[in-house]
Amino acid sequence: MDNGIIVNLEQVTKRFPAGKTEFTALNNVNLTFCKGEFAGLVGPSGSGKTTLLNIIGSLDAPSEGIATVLGKEINSLTHKEAAKLRNYGIGFIFQTYNLLPVYTVYDNVEFALLLQNMSSAQRKKAVMESLDWVGLADRAKSKPATLSGGECQRVAIARAMVKRPQLVLADEPSANLDSKNSHMIVQTMKRLNKELNTTFIFSTHDEKVMQYLERIIYLKDGSVERDEQVKNRDISNL
Amino acid sequence: MKRFLLKGIINDKGRSLLPIIVVATGTMLTVLLYSWLTGVMGESIRVNANFNTGELKVMTLAYSKDSDQFPNDLAILDASLLINDLKEFEPTVDWVKRVRFGALADFPDSLGETRGQAPVIGWAIDIFSKESLESQRFNLESSIVNGEMPKRAGEVLISNELATKFNVQPGESFTLFGSTMEGGFAFYNLKVSGTLLFGASGLDRGAIVMDIEDAQRAFGMEDACGEILGFLPDKYLNMDNAERIKVRFNNLYSQQQSTDEFAPVMITLRDQAGMAEMVDYTDAVSSIMVFIFVSAMAIVLWNGGLLGALRRYSEFGIRLAMGESKGHIYRSLLTEALIIGAIGSLIGTIIGFFIVLYINVHGVDMSSMMQNSTMVMPSVVRTAITPTTYYIGFIPGIFSMVLGNALAGLGIYKRQTARLFNELEV
Repeated sequence: MDNGIIVNLEQVTKRFPAGKTEFTALNNVNLTFCKGEFAGLVGPSGSGKTTLLNIIGSLDAPSEGIATVLGKEINSLTHKEAAKLRNYGIGFIFQTYNLLPVYTVYDNVEFALLLQNMSSAQRKKAVMESLDWVGLADRAKSKPATLSGGECQRVAIARAMVKRPQLVLADEPSANLDSKNSHMIVQTMKRLNKELNTTFIFSTHDEKVMQYLERIIYLKDGSVERDEQVKNRDISNL
Repeated sequence: MKRFLLKGIINDKGRSLLPIIVVATGTMLTVLLYSWLTGVMGESIRVNANFNTGELKVMTLAYSKDSDQFPNDLAILDASLLINDLKEFEPTVDWVKRVRFGALADFPDSLGETRGQAPVIGWAIDIFSKESLESQRFNLESSIVNGEMPKRAGEVLISNELATKFNVQPGESFTLFGSTMEGGFAFYNLKVSGTLLFGASGLDRGAIVMDIEDAQRAFGMEDACGEILGFLPDKYLNMDNAERIKVRFNNLYSQQQSTDEFAPVMITLRDQAGMAEMVDYTDAVSSIMVFIFVSAMAIVLWNGGLLGALRRYSEFGIRLAMGESKGHIYRSLLTEALIIGAIGSLIGTIIGFFIVLYINVHGVDMSSMMQNSTMVMPSVVRTAITPTTYYIGFIPGIFSMVLGNALAGLGIYKRQTARLFNELEV
């Protein structure tokens, strides 16, 4: 993690078997992400966004090249080591929230910490703080079924953030939300990015999300087509 | 984590309700069938123990070698002393003297001439002592068809079949011909106080039940007896305890047994003809029954587990994404299965126990089905409540639940994390 680099992809290629041949989902991708970035992967369907998120999220390993995430080389991690890396260092936010319906909001957020063997008091403090960040501390005892879509996604953000990860991966986080909620969600993430210096990497094709990004990486056919830094964007009127 | 799993079980009825119902039903049936089987077989063994074998039996070494022939010439001498020693040795056991004998009964006519003769098999037991439980063991009062219980020395009960055959009425006398324990000729006059119907032709053909002191006088066996039977205080047949007592006793007399053929030797119910097979048969049938229940329930619960895993596909996916290892998820599934299995087993055992208790108290009258039975079997069948009753249901209950989920949960190891984003976006 020299010079604040937390993700380093060198010549990363990912191929999947497709019948007797192979399909190349990522082709010689070279990318670095630094601490505190608010970046997005943009591109049409099949461009390799999700495959790239899988590799950065230690859910998959590259076929060729080297992927280093939070100082760990993904290629050499065992299943257990990859799980530990995700548990301690990476948060995930999904398009469809994926909250556990039989548990309360509090339980959903707390779950990530149960795997870290924290004390009950420490967990409670962290969960309430996390819910406070997303403005849902008063809904801690509610079940997901009683929440709106926007509220569910805010719980998902709290769940991703509760363990204070260095990196959060969000796959189309606003795809199921209306315009107002989309803005609210991204604004929340942006605020957490600034306050906690957490790196956010999005996969998105939502213009509303793109407006907030400080870096946009355009993918096409598994390769990086363009990598744009968008600095000093005025988002106050968005 | 356990609290998290418990909350899931309580809140998610789909996860817990069906498995608990299946486990509770299977457990209840296991408890019920086990207790029924143990009750039926146990009662049959108990009846045999009461009449013939006891749970423990002490004889002389020489008598034990031909015990089927009741060789009273090899009987225990100074039986009262040995009884006292036994009461000191194991005070919780009820030690009783018995004389078994074969003899000839001679029924006279009004002139005193022989009207008929028949071979009889006799049981000499302690009928008259107030503290004696022997009459209860033989169920004498309930088995009397005509007449009444013997009230004084010289009065006996004979089988109703024998009485009918020779037209003997209560109050009539007859002479018993046999041999003394020294090998001399013995004859002894007895009076019939009542006739018995035990309900088993083996006993009803020619049985005589008399007081042991009468037998001792008749066969010249002063303070001697063929056998001393021991009955343990437990309500069920406690084979393990009986075996321990036997080993301790025989160790105590091992030196004497090696040199003296009249040394006392102890055997258990299991050591006696056919009893071990009967006990083992009961155990084997119980084991087979538990195995069948485990298999059947495991298949149902495996199927339930597969459906549950499909229903919880997203949950396992999100847990993998959040950094839970596959092994941890699998173990948490087994822990859930253990908790659900334990809850279901507890419910099933409680329900089963109350049904067992009801049948144990009230019994099921099977006498109409057993009129022609030649075996010594109880006519009212009851379930048995033994220590095993309280835990037998937990074996199929927990094992099948864990096994079913262990098989169903193996799918977790086939889950590819690389597909999680796609799967969780659906």
